[in-house]
Amino acid sequence: MPVSRDLLSRTLRTPDIVTHFSIGKWDLLIRQARAADLLAHLAHRFRQRGLTAAIPAMACWHFDAAETLADKQHIALRWALLQLRDALAEIGSPLVVLKSSTYVTVNPSTAEEQRFNGIDILVPHGRLPLAESVLERAHWHALGLSEYDQRYRRRWMHQAAPMQHPQRAVVVNVHHAVPSDRAHAPLDAARLRHRAIAVDNFPGVHVLAVEDRVLHAATHLFHDGELSHGLRDLTDLDLLLLDAAVEADFWTRLVARASELQLGRSLFYALRYLRYFLDTPIPASVFTALHDSTPNRVTLALMDSIFTRALAPVHASCADAYTPAARLAAFGRAHWLRMPAHQLLPHLFHQAYIRTTLDNNPPKAA
Amino acid sequence: MKLLQLSPVELRQQLAGAGVWLRTGPFSLKLQSRIPSVAEGLAKLYGQFEVRNPHEAFADFHVAINPPSRLRRWLRPQVEFSFDGVQPFKPLPFDQAFPMLESGLNWCISNQAHHYLILHAAAVEKNGLAAILLAPPGSGKSTLTAGLVHAGWRLLSDELTLIDRKTGLIQALPRPIRLKNQSIDVIQQLVPDVPITRASRDTINGSIAYMRPPRESVRCQHETARPGWVISPQWVADAHTKLTPRSPAQTFMLLAQNASNYSQLGADGFHVGTTLIDQTACYDFGYSQLPGAIAAFDRLADSAIPA
Repeated sequence: MPVSRDLLSRTLRTPDIVTHFSIGKWDLLIRQARAADLLAHLAHRFRQRGLTAAIPAMACWHFDAAETLADKQHIALRWALLQLRDALAEIGSPLVVLKSSTYVTVNPSTAEEQRFNGIDILVPHGRLPLAESVLERAHWHALGLSEYDQRYRRRWMHQAAPMQHPQRAVVVNVHHAVPSDRAHAPLDAARLRHRAIAVDNFPGVHVLAVEDRVLHAATHLFHDGELSHGLRDLTDLDLLLLDAAVEADFWTRLVARASELQLGRSLFYALRYLRYFLDTPIPASVFTALHDSTPNRVTLALMDSIFTRALAPVHASCADAYTPAARLAAFGRAHWLRMPAHQLLPHLFHQAYIRTTLDNNPPKAA
Repeated sequence: MKLLQLSPVELRQQLAGAGVWLRTGPFSLKLQSRIPSVAEGLAKLYGQFEVRNPHEAFADFHVAINPPSRLRRWLRPQVEFSFDGVQPFKPLPFDQAFPMLESGLNWCISNQAHHYLILHAAAVEKNGLAAILLAPPGSGKSTLTAGLVHAGWRLLSDELTLIDRKTGLIQALPRPIRLKNQSIDVIQQLVPDVPITRASRDTINGSIAYMRPPRESVRCQHETARPGWVISPQWVADAHTKLTPRSPAQTFMLLAQNASNYSQLGADGFHVGTTLIDQTACYDFGYSQLPGAIAAFDRLADSAIPA
C-alpha cells in the first residue's frame, strides 16, 4: 500500500520537509492542520525537531495561538478530572478515564501537544444511574439533548448524555460499555476495567492497560462514524504506540489481547492506516500475526478506498470526487455495526428529517 | 495596491473567482463571493485597504460568503459564511450578506488570534494615547466612536480591540464602524458626506449599516498605540456630559468580562489585563449629545500631552 500524499500527513511523517516549504505550502499546511485539529501538535513537533525557526514570520502566530488554546485546555482538563474524581468517590468503583483524556494523566509531556475536547470515563454498567445522579449533584449537567438522542446514546453508543459543569468548558462523557468488532454486540467493559492501572501522579485515577488503550482507541476509530478528526485520532494512537513499543514484548501482547477480546479486525485496520498516513514503525511480524483478522481482498480494497479518504483532514485540498461517498460509507458502516437494520433505518430517518425540523434555533447574531 | 484601484468589474470578477486578497490590520484575508452587494460594500468601505494579486500565496483567513444552495435562489434567498469550508453560522436572509461578512470576520479573529488579548470594545487614539471604550451593547459605543473619528481621533477599532500580549500595546484593526437603528441617522446628520452602506433591516439587532473607516486611520493601521484611558460610556437621554473616575478594580472586572479570550489566555490574560489597567486612567462617561461628548474627549487628550 502506498502512503498518503496530503501535505499534513507528509509533514507529520517527515517534519524536516518544512525547511523547503514555499509560503504557499505553509498556507496549505496551516489550513489542513487547523481542519484536522493538529496545529498545536505540529507546533510541538517543530519545537522538538528544532524546526521552529523554519516557520515564516507571518505564519508564526497561528501556531502560537493554537498552543495557547492547548495549554488552557490541558489545565482545564486536569482540574475537571480532580473534580470528577472527588465527585465520583462515592460510587464505590475506581475512576477509569478513556481515550485522549488518558494523556493528561499518564504522560503529561505527550499531553502538551494534544488538544482535548472532553473527558471520557468508564463506569460499571450497573452504576451508570448512580454515577449520573452523583455528577448532577456536583453540578455537572446533561447537555440539552432531546429525549430521542439521550435514549439513542445510552442504547447504542453505550454512553450517557454528555455532561458539563457551568463554570468550565470541559464536557464529560460517561461510558458504560465499549464497542466491539462484532455487530450489535458491545464488549463487556468489565473485561477492560479489571486490568485498569492506577496513575502514579494522579491518585485515585486509573487508565486502561496499555494494550487495551490501543485497542479501545482503534475500535473507536472504526465505530465512531463521524470521523471529523480521524487524522488527529491516528496521531494519538501513533504517539501511544511509539511509547509502548519500547517494551520488547509489547507487540506480541497487543496481538494476543486483540484476539482475546476479538478486536483483531479493528487493530488490523488501525495499524494499516497508521502506516498509510503516519508511517508508524510497526513490525511486519505484527501483520503476519494478525492474519486471521485480515479481511479478504475485495473487502480490503473497499475499506482502503473508504478509510484513506475518510481519515484524511476534512479540508477541500484533501478531498477528491469520492470523498463525500467515502465519508458517508464510513458513517453507514459504523451505524450498521452499532444497531440492527430494523432499528437503523428508522433511526436514520429520524436523524435526517425529524431532528432538523425540531432543531430550528434562531440564526446567530449578524 | 489599494482596493479602490480595482475597477468595479475587476473587483467583481476577482471576488467571484479566486477571491480578493485583502489586508485588515495585522491580518490577511482571501475573500470569495458571488454576491454583488458584497462587491458593492467592499468598494464603498474598503477602498483604502491593501489588496494584492489574487494568486498571493498566503492568507491568515480564507473566507467566503455565498448563497448556500441554488434551490433557494428565488424563494426567500439566503446567504452563508464559510471559514475555509466550515460554516460556523446558520444562513441568514440574503439582504444581510454584508453584515454577515463583517461578523464572520470578527468571529475568525476572536476564535483564532489568541496572540492578542481580544476585547469586545472600541478604541480611538489622539496624541499618541488610546481611549478604550468598554461597555455592554446598546451603550452608544459605536455612535461615540463614529463621532470621535470624524473629529480628529484615529480609529483603532470599532468592535475588537487587540492588546498585544508581549508589549501591552494596542494593535490597530480599523474596519467599518457598525451603526444600529437611530444612530444611523444621528451619524448621517453629523457627517453627511461619509459613505454609509444601505441599512440591512430586520437583523437580530434591528437595522444595521456600516460606515467607512477614515482614510488616515486605515493608512496608519500598522502603527500601534499606547493605552491611555479605559472609559465606560453610557448614552442617557438628556444627560449632561459627565466624566467620573472609576475604580480600577471594577474596571478590570469589566475588562475581563468583555475580553472574548480572557479565559483562554489563562494567567497571561490576567497579567495583560492588570498591566493595562495599571497604566491607564479609568472613567465612567455619561452623555446625550455628540458635540459635547467629543469636546470632553478632546479636553482629556489635551490634558495628557506631556509637558
